[in-house]
Amino acid sequence: MTDRTYRAAPSGALRIEPLGELTAIFDRRSMQTHLVVSPMPEILEAVGAAPCSAALLVSRLAATFDLAAADDVQPVLAERLGELTAMGLVERA
Amino acid sequence: MRHRIRIAVGPVQFRIGSDWAEPIAALERLYARYPQDDARPADATVRLFAARPWRRWLRPSVHIGGDFIVPDALPLPLSMGLLAAEMGMNLQVALGWRRHMLLHASAVAKDGRAMIMSGESGSGKSTLAALLGEGDWRLMGDEFTLIDPEGGDAFAFPRAVSLKNEAIAEVAARVDPSRLGPLLAGTPKGDIRHLIPRPEAVAAMHEPARPALLLFPRFGGETAIEPMGEGEAFVRLTEASTNYVALGEAGFAALTRLVREVPAFGISYPDSAAGIALVEQLWAETAR
Amino acid sequence: MSAVRTLVDLLARRRDPATLAPRDWDSVIGVARSEAMLATLAHRLADADLRPTVAALFADQRTAAKVAQRQALWEAEMARRALAPAGIEFVLLKGAAYAAAGMSCAAGRQIGDLDILVLAHDIRRTENLLLKAGWEWVKSDPYDDAYYRQHMHELPPMIHKARDRMIDVHHTILPRTHRITPDALALVSDAVASGASFAVLNPADMACHCAAHMLADGDLQGGLRNLWDFHTMTRDFAAVDPAFWGKLDARADLHGLRGPVRRAARLARDLYGAVLPGGWDRQDPADRWFRRRLLARDDWGRVTNPLLEQAFYIRSHWLRMPPAMLAKHLWTKWRKR
Repeated sequence: MTDRTYRAAPSGALRIEPLGELTAIFDRRSMQTHLVVSPMPEILEAVGAAPCSAALLVSRLAATFDLAAADDVQPVLAERLGELTAMGLVERA
Repeated sequence: MRHRIRIAVGPVQFRIGSDWAEPIAALERLYARYPQDDARPADATVRLFAARPWRRWLRPSVHIGGDFIVPDALPLPLSMGLLAAEMGMNLQVALGWRRHMLLHASAVAKDGRAMIMSGESGSGKSTLAALLGEGDWRLMGDEFTLIDPEGGDAFAFPRAVSLKNEAIAEVAARVDPSRLGPLLAGTPKGDIRHLIPRPEAVAAMHEPARPALLLFPRFGGETAIEPMGEGEAFVRLTEASTNYVALGEAGFAALTRLVREVPAFGISYPDSAAGIALVEQLWAETAR
Repeated sequence: MSAVRTLVDLLARRRDPATLAPRDWDSVIGVARSEAMLATLAHRLADADLRPTVAALFADQRTAAKVAQRQALWEAEMARRALAPAGIEFVLLKGAAYAAAGMSCAAGRQIGDLDILVLAHDIRRTENLLLKAGWEWVKSDPYDDAYYRQHMHELPPMIHKARDRMIDVHHTILPRTHRITPDALALVSDAVASGASFAVLNPADMACHCAAHMLADGDLQGGLRNLWDFHTMTRDFAAVDPAFWGKLDARADLHGLRGPVRRAARLARDLYGAVLPGGWDRQDPADRWFRRRLLARDDWGRVTNPLLEQAFYIRSHWLRMPPAMLAKHLWTKWRKR
């Protein structure tokens, strides 16, 4: 489970529009609209084209966010990555 | 089909066929002043039909059909054939129209700008629009408002306004009786009477208007105004649109632009007078 | 002339759209909708000189069909994401396959459920992986479930919880109890890659499946559209491969589908003006029942001649099941109504 890596959508696939407290994301591949709140948009930005694990994601996000201990945060991020995978916004790498 | 009529409302040309004469006669009366164009093919088809040939006469009940059908839908008695026809027209547009983004909303216009009121049945959007339309507003529609995905303008879809229950008396008190359709008592939605839009509204039905105010009305309760953020307005409008998903990115872009450019409020009001006062006030304060 | 015949003539380019009066358009548009071919017609007439409101309606339809096609191909992609990590390969069938392969019949084609073909021994794992990835069963009628598993050629239908779209997983292309038994292993092992990283049936198999679906499997619902698919794909395959018709014959024989394939070709000739090679260009008196069924729509889009429709329903069920089983199934089905 902890070894899972993920990849972001190719550039140009997602149209991201902040709308106040929500972010609306249009996936041009699926024609779906997703409505998300922080930290999802930030997570999407931090997952890159290269395979990224939850652990790597923690370190990337720690640069901009005040995160608690990595042990606590990592499982939470793993869950979020699972959700983003179900939505099709990231893909298992 | 034995009896038929063609009606153009806004950009949509309907052809309506019926196994009975009565609903067609009722439609003819309501839409008598609407422009006719015999050279124009129909975009949408409605059929009012009997499930079995003998059901034309024996306990006649009207099934609603056409380009799109709701399976297992219950038929209506012939006495409510006009309601069936109107529901049929709504259904074909709701499921089949692709040129504009459809919002389940009423709209009125003034000086080329539109006030859009989005809500479910019972929110009061139809009554408010009808009353404003009798004042110095142009009625654009009571059920659907069309948004051009490319330019963002609102377009009118001014069908006969569907007044329900108490609203009937309220509006009837203000208009000439010749502008009202028959009373349809005891329908699944209560008592209904149709109001023919004013001739000016019908004549202007192809004129767009720039959306300038977006309201989410709630009838009943204390007078209140609640500003609504872009995100919430966006979500509410996706729920209020029957064809948002089918439009793809064009729909997304149109809705994003709409909620960013147009101020939005939730409002509640105890009665029509309060409601009218409230919307006039908001219009004066915010519509640019 | 009836609207449905006018529609067929417009598709076959036997009729100039400029000769249609407004009332003709009313019914042609209505019939095209009821046959799920309005966007197909819109593509066919994309360059024609049309009345402005018809041109506008057709432009709407073409645009909407593109959006719908993206959505349908996304379902295929999500199925791939669910199955590929476990090494399960599948072949796309029908509309999604035509779209993935960029075929001409995909233009404006309405795609409903996602249909995929997997090997029989992968069926259980496929089911589990799809359930894990957010699909769930549509029906809960126990008889229907047993029927599907024991007798039909697909899993009971599944629908995705979040996206609300259906998937049909097949392991053969006709039911096991059918009188005809196509070679499923050959279908999968001889599949080819489409442009878009999905496997599709090879051209001859694709045409066989199309004919089977239309004539040996279904009760001719959506027949005009399926026939259009068959016509355009065989025309296009033959244009790039002069040996195509021979390959189609051979493949049809392998699958036991010679009858349906030959009939589909003759119907494509009769309705859409297909040009057939010598040995195929025959007349069969029984074809006329199929032609009548294909054209059985009135100008308000209703299916006419319900008796004919019944005959096809019984016939299609007869092809699927031995008569004794048929009687039992129809009786049980009738009881449930």
